[in-house]
Amino acid sequence: MRTESSPPRCTHPRAASLRSEKLGAPGLLLGFVAILVAASAGLLIGPAGIDKTAAIMELLDQIPFISVDSGLSQIQKNIIWEVRMPRVVLGALVGATLAISGASYQAVFRNPLADPYLLGAAAGAGLGATVAIVTGSGDGIGTFDLVPLLAFLGALTAVALTYTLGYSSGAQRSPAALLLAGVAVASFLTAIQTFIQQQNVDTIRQVYSWILGRLNTASWDEVSLLAPYALVSTFLILMYRRTLDVMRLGDVEASSVGIRPQLVRLVVICAASLGTAAAVAVSGLIAFVGLIVPHTVRLLVGTSNRIVLPLSILFGAAFLVMVDLLGRSLASPAEIPLGVITAFCGAPFFVVVLRSSKRTLG
Amino acid sequence: MNLCVAKEVSVRVGAKLILDNVSVSIAAGEWVSVVGPNGAGKTTLLSVMAGLRTASGRISIDDRDLKELSPRERARLLAYVPQHPEIPPGMKVSSYVLLGRTPHLSFLGMEGPDDFRLVQQVLEQFDLATLGQRTLESLSGGELQRCHLARAIAQATPIIFLDEPTTALDLGHQQQALDRIRRLREEHQVTVVMTMHDLTLAGQYSDRVILMSEGEIAADGVPSEVFDPDRLSDLYGAHVKVLNIDGHLAVIPMAEY
Repeated sequence: MRTESSPPRCTHPRAASLRSEKLGAPGLLLGFVAILVAASAGLLIGPAGIDKTAAIMELLDQIPFISVDSGLSQIQKNIIWEVRMPRVVLGALVGATLAISGASYQAVFRNPLADPYLLGAAAGAGLGATVAIVTGSGDGIGTFDLVPLLAFLGALTAVALTYTLGYSSGAQRSPAALLLAGVAVASFLTAIQTFIQQQNVDTIRQVYSWILGRLNTASWDEVSLLAPYALVSTFLILMYRRTLDVMRLGDVEASSVGIRPQLVRLVVICAASLGTAAAVAVSGLIAFVGLIVPHTVRLLVGTSNRIVLPLSILFGAAFLVMVDLLGRSLASPAEIPLGVITAFCGAPFFVVVLRSSKRTLG
Repeated sequence: MNLCVAKEVSVRVGAKLILDNVSVSIAAGEWVSVVGPNGAGKTTLLSVMAGLRTASGRISIDDRDLKELSPRERARLLAYVPQHPEIPPGMKVSSYVLLGRTPHLSFLGMEGPDDFRLVQQVLEQFDLATLGQRTLESLSGGELQRCHLARAIAQATPIIFLDEPTTALDLGHQQQALDRIRRLREEHQVTVVMTMHDLTLAGQYSDRVILMSEGEIAADGVPSEVFDPDRLSDLYGAHVKVLNIDGHLAVIPMAEY
């Protein structure tokens, strides 16, 4: 049998090509350009009518060793740094988190239709937010806004409930049991949420506003609320990017090459659910991001999770920042909920995915 | 020297005993075929010996109890190719074969230059080097079978378990696949245990045949001894003739009209 006692260096030209295919450098470059363009647009465009050149000067002024006078008033500076910037950063964080969570759910379940809300996170968050709103503790004013906290706890509780139910029903043998448990938990929690909402019609507008997703309350507080969870979640999922490619072989074959499929599934689901719960807590329910972005990335660069996962972060961030820009520009000064725009993109997108399903449905 | 030993192995599913106190020893370098009618327990025995299915009894590879090994340690000792391996959509041939290196990488690690080099050699051995950038679903049945074998060889283990490796292949590709396994076995001194339905091919290529029936071993030995026409006719419920053509065994089912 071949051994690796004295393996020579990788000098074979084809071996080098094997290695380079893993890097996906053009895709990463494109992703960084996308996020740069989206962030620039998000920072420069807005109803305040700030001169774009002056806004660029203001941004350049923050770069070390560069000192330029933008000529903006303090109020205009505040609009850039306290309104637009946290909104762009929050949008990028939410988009990146939902996209990588969606991609990782699709990988562990080997199901192209899996999204971050598959195990009941959306229904749980919706119930938590509805409870906070109808009890009057979630008006978004002051430090006692319980909407993010209860949405976060609701999402995590729902996923924990799904996992417990799924594994008591045989999910260790087949992840399908986990998916069915997710459907059951989501349906049950949605029923409760709808009932509470129906009993409190005076708050229905607030509840709907939250359910359809928004970033109009974005602040640095919300950024600091989401960032730790998003970073931990993303880091953990990225650590498993190669293992998630092995998981594509199915549980038996993954096990035969030395992977513990159930453990991998548990860790990745926990990480993705944590990120999703935190994202939902600050932005409400924004559908389709976790589906559209990973599938688009697969169309562009293929199906390897080593490159799909990092690129989903970049394109997810860029996508949601652009969606938010559209949401606040198309009907200005009114804002279109983000969930409406992402859903509007989602339907035609799935026609495209369907037509190219042979290549992308991984 | 025995490389793989299964001792008093039993598997029960509900009330049905799938394997009944089976004991098998596989010598290093041997090519063993497990044959028998449908439902005889061939695939179950193979997956139990590969440590992928729980069973009572003891399985050891290279004197190491499989139950005491981590999945990664186990995967360094044995490779397994199921009857119908998963074909991940969109996965490239080279990426697929690289997955065979998983047990040799550190926890959550990535492949290094040595892994790429070894996989490149395996791709060339299996005539897959020019197909490296093709997706698996674009390959023919014969090419896919080579990919599955290549991934198992890339795993660099002393023993390989193959569950019906010639299923869905035409006559020519069946022969080519088994010839390739024979060459690999000679080059790498790898031990091969496989299940087979085709008794003629099993008899011509294997050193030894284990004939199973209803979860038990009905016969175990060199093909010429195990393939007794009366025994096969009785076990398979068919009229069977065994021919010796220039030293090659041929097991032929005969129509009864």
